Amino acid sequence: MVPVLQVEHLRKVFPVDDRRTLLAVDDVSFSVAAGEKVAIIGESGSGKTTIARMVARLTDVTAGRIFLQGTDITQLTGRKLREHYRHMQLVFQSPADSFDPRCTLGDGIAEGLRNFGWQKQAAWQEMERLLMLCGLEVEIAQRYPHEVSGGQCQRAAIARALALRPKLLLLDEATSALDVTVQADILALLARLQRELSLAYLFICHDIALVQDFCDRVLVMHEGRIVEEGTPDEVIGAPQQTYTQRLIDSVL
Amino acid sequence: MNEIIRYDHVDVSYNGKCVLHDISFGVQPGEILGIAGESGSGKSTLLRAAMGLLGKDGLVTRGDIWYQGKSLPDLVPQELRRLCGADIGMIFQSAGSSFCAIRTVRAQLWEMMQAHGMTDAQLFEEQVQELFARFGFREPRRILESYPFELSGGMQQRVGVAAAMLLRPKVLLADEPTSALDVTVQKQVIEEMLLARELFGTAIMLVTHNIGVIRVMADKMLVLRAGEAVEYGSASELMLRPQAKYTQRLLAAVPQLRR
Repeated sequence: MVPVLQVEHLRKVFPVDDRRTLLAVDDVSFSVAAGEKVAIIGESGSGKTTIARMVARLTDVTAGRIFLQGTDITQLTGRKLREHYRHMQLVFQSPADSFDPRCTLGDGIAEGLRNFGWQKQAAWQEMERLLMLCGLEVEIAQRYPHEVSGGQCQRAAIARALALRPKLLLLDEATSALDVTVQADILALLARLQRELSLAYLFICHDIALVQDFCDRVLVMHEGRIVEEGTPDEVIGAPQQTYTQRLIDSVL
Repeated sequence: MNEIIRYDHVDVSYNGKCVLHDISFGVQPGEILGIAGESGSGKSTLLRAAMGLLGKDGLVTRGDIWYQGKSLPDLVPQELRRLCGADIGMIFQSAGSSFCAIRTVRAQLWEMMQAHGMTDAQLFEEQVQELFARFGFREPRRILESYPFELSGGMQQRVGVAAAMLLRPKVLLADEPTSALDVTVQKQVIEEMLLARELFGTAIMLVTHNIGVIRVMADKMLVLRAGEAVEYGSASELMLRPQAKYTQRLLAAVPQLRR
């Protein structure tokens, strides 16, 4: 079976000044199977967000290839990219910043559907269904992003991500800015959605304790490379690398 | 009753709206109090009230904050300024942004010491070097000659703690001191604060949303929710047997690493 996402020998080099460069991601390969929850953990500067941005095509790769549902999207642009891209949707750390502050949440969620040819009324009904699926009241559609709590806004961001029925959600620190009780609620929501819709997750996170129960497979990043990979029990229970051990020892 | 600082039925209001209600506790010398709570619970306001940093809209409307027989909210600004730094130190989430960006670390530490009455530059240099050595900084000279942005986030925070300790305060108020740091660096900063307590007997009031930090550092713990004290007691006892429903829910929501 074709994996939902497959990246091969991904590299990203950033220019620092005229002479120096920074190798942010160094020969990274991994895949995410349908319905699989894969976590990428690592500290600041390890390259995990750069990987997310390349996979999301928000930044170009220096070398390597990205396959989404078996299609090479590395060089796709414009309409073609958008056609394939709907299979993968993004949820970021700060939900209020990822909504247009001048639009209601309802408009923000329905916009993606309208872009793919849904009629106004049908899009609005689908939007309300999505809100309820994510545990929100339909009245929240009338509110603006700054009028709701962080947890509600993140639920709305998940509802928007689900609108195009993606196969894969890319969650970049999606629960990191939330209070722990809210974080627990959002993780429970993500776990339920995963079961009901058999979604795959690429879960980017710096909290190793968080991914232990949530994910099927963990990739540990350090200085642009994947230094360790396995099930959470393998990686946390019997780490092979000194860096992974150090990371685990630092958890309070 | 040899408490170094005591909150006595404190209410704080912003624009007439009560954000902290009837908070009472005391901190012994050398004791670490962890103050836990979620966003908007009033935990930062609690520290700011002691420092007179509530801004023009905020006011201690009831109760007193006692520091060695003085009521902090009633002090005139000059007197409070003399206490702040020298007797009561502060560190915030981002030490990098509490330093001035265009002057070296040495220039800023020297200015701070001058403001508190030091005139001997040679003595200053010796004290700084000695303190940095005790905190185990490997390149004290390089750090002093650096501009804040030339140091890593973790190093900025460690320098922030060291800077606060230069004046040997009796109480250190720490507002989310490790929240912006990676876990490996967080551990270093925690160890540095514990060392500061060990070396100088400093009491610490530690505000954080990270229960793990309180678990490893604090002797006592105060749980805040929506401006009210939910629970107060020995940190280890409270973590083991939380009485209040909210504390139970808060502790249960913290992801725990099974090793």
